[in-house]
Amino acid sequence: MITAHDVSWAYAAGPVVAGVHLRTEPGRVLGLIGPNGSGKTTLLRLLHGALRGATGRVSVDGEDLAGLGAREAARRLAVVVQEAADDSTLTVAEMVLLGRSPRLGAFQRAGVHDRRVAAESLARVGAGHLAGRSHAELSGGERQRVLIARALAQEATHLLLDEPTNHLDVRYQHEVLGLVRSLAHDAGTCVVVVLHDLNLAARYCDDLVLLGGRAAGGRVVAAGPAEEVLDPAVLEPVYGIGVRPVRLEGRLHLLFEPLAAPVPAAPATSLKEPA
Amino acid sequence: MSVVATDLHAAERWGSLRATAWLVGLGCLLVATVVVGVGAGAVAVPPATVARVLGHHLLGVPGEVTWSLPQDAIVWQVRLPRVVLGVLAGAGLAVCGVALQAMVRNVLADPYLLGVNSGASSGAAAAILFGFGSGLGEHALPASAFLGALAASALVFAVARSAGRVTSVRLLLAGVAVGYALYAATSFLIFASGSAEGARSVMFWLLGSLGLAQWDAPLAVVAVVVLATLVLLTGWGRRLDVLALGDDTARALGTSPDRFRTLLLLVVALCVGVLVSAAGSIGFVGLVVPHLARRAVGGRHVRVVPVAALMGAVLLVWADVVARVLLQPQEIPIGIITSLVGAPFLLLLVRRLHATTT
Repeated sequence: MITAHDVSWAYAAGPVVAGVHLRTEPGRVLGLIGPNGSGKTTLLRLLHGALRGATGRVSVDGEDLAGLGAREAARRLAVVVQEAADDSTLTVAEMVLLGRSPRLGAFQRAGVHDRRVAAESLARVGAGHLAGRSHAELSGGERQRVLIARALAQEATHLLLDEPTNHLDVRYQHEVLGLVRSLAHDAGTCVVVVLHDLNLAARYCDDLVLLGGRAAGGRVVAAGPAEEVLDPAVLEPVYGIGVRPVRLEGRLHLLFEPLAAPVPAAPATSLKEPA
Repeated sequence: MSVVATDLHAAERWGSLRATAWLVGLGCLLVATVVVGVGAGAVAVPPATVARVLGHHLLGVPGEVTWSLPQDAIVWQVRLPRVVLGVLAGAGLAVCGVALQAMVRNVLADPYLLGVNSGASSGAAAAILFGFGSGLGEHALPASAFLGALAASALVFAVARSAGRVTSVRLLLAGVAVGYALYAATSFLIFASGSAEGARSVMFWLLGSLGLAQWDAPLAVVAVVVLATLVLLTGWGRRLDVLALGDDTARALGTSPDRFRTLLLLVVALCVGVLVSAAGSIGFVGLVVPHLARRAVGGRHVRVVPVAALMGAVLLVWADVVARVLLQPQEIPIGIITSLVGAPFLLLLVRRLHATTT
């Protein structure tokens, strides 16, 4: 369980995240959504301790994250971040085995148990056959699955992902998020995922936190069960676009339509969709 | 599940088999290189004689002396220290290149390009000319070279870092700028002092030489420092792997990137400082060799570090042989040879860099 208590972060240009409170639950997927630059990634990085010096407090299972060493934190939190193009020459097997690092001593070598966990993690994302391939040569979807396997090999109770569906084809977007969701629902992992596609958020997240970014002073605009947050009255002012909910076989889908007059995306003004 | 586990184990086993083959092959090559390297020069000594002299001194086999006394002196007193320094410098510079490339996630990193060598040169020259740290006796030179290397590399990193990230262009430009400034300062100091500094000339600091090697305490220090660096970096193999994947990933996998980078910088500055004080500033070994090593055994640093050490040792001893033999009896600075090999390689890397990333 990750708890954020009154967490704030400002860059030189102003606050990006201000006074955020949130709590993640085991077995549930929490989505962080919001327009470009609304501080989704910043908030995620605050939650796993990549940004230090923020005001407020983040705790993991009741312990202050800032007080945990890097290794101890990595035993509890597994993170899949967006990094620049991967030019490493590691094989998939080697990449996944690195997920065991937080569980090994500084000079300790990976043992039989570590290899087994790594192999099982790779199998779980359906990428066992890729073990001998070079990680850099994989397709985007395969690479993302391998990174998730590496996170699984950490055997952490929390999984945090930063836009895991970026640059993926539609099919792999669903495959990756389906996998993430099953980890939460079947294995009881506590999942936090940054998403920019609202329909993917609707389908795969249990709870959502909608961030307003600078326009909202870095505050959370709405938080709660996914269907409550994905309300046109909530979304339209934040995104500055008309939103029309549609139900197909009981599932919520959102259609978007530009608003007639250009409006500033301010949270306080309530906007009406033109008739 | 068991089928999948077999895939991973098979991939792992194949990788370690390949690494072992490279280590054994390079180990044999290094022994042969040392024998040839000791034999080559103005007075050539046949490899068989070299082997016998070495065997006699090291193992007591053969016990009977069947070679001339001058030959014994050339092999044991003149050439062997030089070749040993070549082995140590090649290995040390290569593994420092490996460490720097992982530290900055940049394939263009190298102690020479990043100004670490120039800092060491300045430190060492200052020790000779102004008597810095003269209380340390013969160890004043490596000690002040270490401090110079540390100061220069810290400066380069501080300048190149913006918003927590180190970009290629800034890093290289900062390294080149600091390098030029410090080499100019070193050269000026030597000229201004009226050359009271004996055997170490401007040429020595700019292009390096193994010619000053002899069996003395500084060579022992070089050996200890290089071997310790090798052991340490090999032991840190997994942490280097993790660091090379980026700061956020490194932290997510339990390594604090800033702290580890500081540790690595200390180790690299010490190793390069000690090497430069003994062999001058030899460029490009730390740039070329890590690439060859990665190409041979893949990306895991626990393999890359020892393989790079062996490759660097072999490369530098051969470069020294060429430097001694090419314009006989004149000896050319070893840095000319390594630059002739390394510069085209650097051009190739720059070209490839632009093809793949921006």
